[in-house]
Amino acid sequence: MSNPVDDQPADRGHETPTELTPWERPIGRRAFIGTVFTGIGALVLLSRATGVTRALDKVTEAVKPGGGWRIYAVQSPMPVFDPKSFTLKIGGEVENPIELSWDEVSEWMSHKKTSDFHCVTGWSVMDVRWEGILPKDIIDRVKPKKSAKFVTMKSLEEPYVDQVSMEQFLHSDNVLAHTMDGEPLTREHGSPLRMVMPQMYGYKGVKWLNELRFDTKMELGYWEVRGYDADAYVGKSNGINA
Amino acid sequence: MASTPDTAGAPVASLPARLARFTRTERVLHWMVVITFTIMFGTGLALYFPVFAKLMSRPLAKEIHLWAAIAMGVAMVLVPLLGNLRSVLRSAHEVQYLDEDDVTWLKAGPVAQLGTVAPAPQGRFNAGQKLNTAMLSGGMFIMYLTGFLLWYGERNTEWRMMGSVPVHDLFTIFLTGLVAGHIYLAVIHPTTRAALRGMTFGDVDREFAEHHHAKWVAELDAQRVGVGVGAGAGAGERDGDREHDGATDT
Repeated sequence: MSNPVDDQPADRGHETPTELTPWERPIGRRAFIGTVFTGIGALVLLSRATGVTRALDKVTEAVKPGGGWRIYAVQSPMPVFDPKSFTLKIGGEVENPIELSWDEVSEWMSHKKTSDFHCVTGWSVMDVRWEGILPKDIIDRVKPKKSAKFVTMKSLEEPYVDQVSMEQFLHSDNVLAHTMDGEPLTREHGSPLRMVMPQMYGYKGVKWLNELRFDTKMELGYWEVRGYDADAYVGKSNGINA
Repeated sequence: MASTPDTAGAPVASLPARLARFTRTERVLHWMVVITFTIMFGTGLALYFPVFAKLMSRPLAKEIHLWAAIAMGVAMVLVPLLGNLRSVLRSAHEVQYLDEDDVTWLKAGPVAQLGTVAPAPQGRFNAGQKLNTAMLSGGMFIMYLTGFLLWYGERNTEWRMMGSVPVHDLFTIFLTGLVAGHIYLAVIHPTTRAALRGMTFGDVDREFAEHHHAKWVAELDAQRVGVGVGAGAGAGERDGDREHDGATDT
C-alpha cells in the first residue's frame, strides 16, 4: 500500500474491505506541506507588511489585551504606585540635588514624543505617544558637575537598574514619561514614571522609575549583568556589532 | 461506495478480544511528546500571560521552555532509533495516504464520524487521525522554525523577523485546538474513547476496532487466516507489554 495509484477508477464491486482499496493519494502529506507553507507564508508576510502585523495585533488583542505589548517584570508582584508616598530623587554628581513629591513631578513642564518601541525579545509597538519630562530640562534643573559621566536609573522594582552615558541620556527622542497614548502610565507599563529611549531596546527604559543618579563610573544594569549589551541600540547590539 | 466488513460468519469466540494497535516504541514516543508538549504549553503560558507569569519567574520559564523543545526533538530521534523504528515509519507512512473510503469518511461530517460506527471502513488510522497527525507535525515544524528564529534572534538581530512572534502565537492556538480535540476524543467522547487503550496498553477492543477501523481488522484477520488461526499468537493477539514488532505489518 505504499504507492498511490492516482486517478484509477474506483472498483465498486468489492463487498469485503480485505481487497486493496482502488486508489489512495498523499492527502496527509499535502496537509503537512500545506500547514508548513501556511506558516512560512505567514512568517514572510508578517515580517514584511507592517499593515498586516497591525491588523493582526487587533485580532490577538481580543485574545490577549495589551495592544501588542508584552509585560515583563523581574519581581512579583509589580510595584504599586502610591501618589502620597512616591518621591523622585535626582542626585549624585549634581549641583542641585532634588527630591520631588508626585505633585511636584506632575507640575514639571511635560512634552509629547511619538516613537516606536522595540523589545530585545523580538516584538515592537509602533507609534507610541509618550508624554513626560525631557532629559535636558532635568539637566537644567539639577546642573550635573563636570565629573558626571553616566546616569543611573533606579526603580521601585528592586533590584532593577540601568545606566546610560550622559550623551545617550540627552538624546532628543528621550523622555521620562508619565503618560502613554494619552493616559497615565498603568502599573504594567511602570507607573508613575518610566524612561523612554526609542533608539535602544526596551530593557534600557527603566519602569517604576524613582531615582536618577549622576555618576562618575560606569555600572552594568540588571540585564547587562545577565549578558545583554549596555549600549543597546536597536539593530546594532546584542549580537550585531555597530 | 464504501463497503462494510462482513464478520457475521466469523468464529468470534476464537478471535482475540483485543487487537494490538501501537508498539511500545510508538507509545513511548507519543507520551514523550505529550510530556514535553505539556511543559512547553505551561511555560509558554507563563511567558505569554502576565497573570501566569506570577507563578514562575520568566527566565526560569524560558529556560525550561527551551530545554523541553530540545528534549522533544531528541526523543523524536532517539526513541524510534533505539526502539522499533519500523513501526514508527509504518505509522508515519500510513498517515500520509488517504484512500477513497477516507474521503467518504471525511465528507460524512462530524455527527457520522463521531457516531458508534464509522461512516466508511477505515484502516488503523481513520482519515481524521491522519489529517490531525499531518497538521500537528506541520505545526510543530513551524513552531521549531519560529522558535529557533526567536532564540537565535537574541544572539544575532539579523535573524529577528517581525513575523516570528505572531506566527509562534498563532500556531500555538492552532496546535492547542488540534490537541484539545484529540484529547476530547481520546478521553471523553463515549464512542471514541476506547481508542485511549491503544496508546496506554497498546491494544484496543475488537468491537471498537470493527466499528471504527474495519479495514484494519479485516487486514489482521486476513493475516490470521494466512498464518492459520490455530497458530496461537496471531497478528492481533493481546500480549501485554511485549513488543509487537510489526505484528500488524502488511
